[in-house]
Amino acid sequence: MHPAKSVIFFTTISGAGFGLIALLALTAGMGHISWDKSWELAAVGLGLSISGLISSVFHLGNPQRAWRAVTQWQSSWLSREGVLAVMTCGLFGLWVLAGMAGYVLPNMLGYVVAGLCVLTVFATAMIYAQLRPVPRWHTWLTPASYLGFSLSSGMLLMVMLHPHYNGMAGGALGCLAIAWTVKVLWWMRAAKADVRSGGSDTATATGLAGYADVRLFEKPHMTKNYLMKEMVFAVGRKHMQKLRLIALVLGAAAPAAFLGFSLIAGGNVLVMVFAVAAHLAGLFVERWLFFAEAEHVVSLYYGR
Amino acid sequence: MTMLPLEPTKKLGLVIDLDICVGCHACAVNCKEWNTGGYGNSLSDQEPFGADPAGTWLNRIHSFEAVPFDDAGQPAPQDARIVHFPKSCLHCDDAPCVTVCPTGASYKRSEDGIVLVNEDACIGCGLCAWACAYGAREMDAEAGVMKKCTLCVDRIYNENLPEEDRQPACVRSCPANARHFGDLADPSSDVSNMVVKRGGVDLMPEQGNRPVNKYLPPRPKSGTHACGSGQSDQVSLLKMAETPQAAGFVGWLDKALSKLD
Repeated sequence: MHPAKSVIFFTTISGAGFGLIALLALTAGMGHISWDKSWELAAVGLGLSISGLISSVFHLGNPQRAWRAVTQWQSSWLSREGVLAVMTCGLFGLWVLAGMAGYVLPNMLGYVVAGLCVLTVFATAMIYAQLRPVPRWHTWLTPASYLGFSLSSGMLLMVMLHPHYNGMAGGALGCLAIAWTVKVLWWMRAAKADVRSGGSDTATATGLAGYADVRLFEKPHMTKNYLMKEMVFAVGRKHMQKLRLIALVLGAAAPAAFLGFSLIAGGNVLVMVFAVAAHLAGLFVERWLFFAEAEHVVSLYYGR
Repeated sequence: MTMLPLEPTKKLGLVIDLDICVGCHACAVNCKEWNTGGYGNSLSDQEPFGADPAGTWLNRIHSFEAVPFDDAGQPAPQDARIVHFPKSCLHCDDAPCVTVCPTGASYKRSEDGIVLVNEDACIGCGLCAWACAYGAREMDAEAGVMKKCTLCVDRIYNENLPEEDRQPACVRSCPANARHFGDLADPSSDVSNMVVKRGGVDLMPEQGNRPVNKYLPPRPKSGTHACGSGQSDQVSLLKMAETPQAAGFVGWLDKALSKLD
């Protein structure tokens, strides 16, 4: 599948933002922070989530109609994602604004906002996981890995914003381990989930299954079309192993090393900025591959 | 509304005969011609006269090499044939392109089962094209909205057209009569009878979309192994070449010249 930059940025950055919002909301829910003193932490979370959402609008053919995307929540995961993102950011923003204005709202809100964050990231992942024609995406491991990376990047951001809570750095290491374990499981499944793994092949695609051995003789057109650009994208698979290694080094090894250094040095904001930057860079590579590696059954009509 | 309707009473669709499609692309050309001036935005082309032309088409014809299986289930290379394969929207009963749509632009009509895009509500996110296993939807690069086969909804009910033209453009233009239009929910319709008689099939049934359009598989070629009669009525081209059986003047000439040997 074609890896659009805006969608890669959207899924990684808003995922990190919702991870951070969930952790902040839980911390505030437990009474450890109050918004009149810590509103700038909330601003970081909201800024990330909202900039991710805005970037997602740039890949649309008609972005001026994007508001319509909140109307079909009954059937569409993309619509649900939009509704949940607006609800989460809206509720969290109101809570923070109320706190800044001196109103104390019930701490229960923290758990509600954290739950909404989880649902939002889950809905984002389901946009891809629901697609049966893309076997590599069509698995519960896809939402699991999106949630894992949302948690790991949110946790690293928490440590960056609170460098002196050593306990949290340990937690961040644990989250990194969980997130990348899930991703490695996703990769292991992906190795077996090629375009034919769902039982589709050129024979079923042409209705000639059981009648003949079938292979493409001639394409319908000489140059590329929308379908080939969007769904028969093949560049990524060539360098897959190298890119996976880069993703692991940037996204897992580097932030773990920075976290360890920060733990030993007793908390260091600058080191944690490097950790977050490396992790997000690793996630960009991971997410680029997520799209580039995915094969669509329509490619069976184009000789794959 | 992107919820699917309950079972539509009518299921208008196409039956495409892979036995007689000659791969002339006339249906695709006529589809483009009609639909670029019909329903919704035109079907734009990018660099139509340049080095790398591209454009939006709602119907495309692929050609496949098919090596039919013999009675033992083994591919029989001597029976190899080309199967021309026209592909357009199959107007699925369980159309995933409809339910994934976030705006309600993509919908399936309850009255006749046609899947359409309300182009005024389409944001051009492309998710419906990803959800379609068949590649039936193409985003128009000029308009930024999703285009797809409308089953020529602006022809089939159009009382300004003579009755014989109230058919999808692809069906009307097919010179081989390989495409047929009708109600596949009505078991007595011509198209339904065709599907029963010829064993019409769904494309990629394993994807669970329950397509309305059906494809008729190629008939076994008479006189070849695929007809199941062994070698009984096989015609040997080599034999024909060796012993010409010409009649009339050519026959007389053949005999006369043979005597000269």
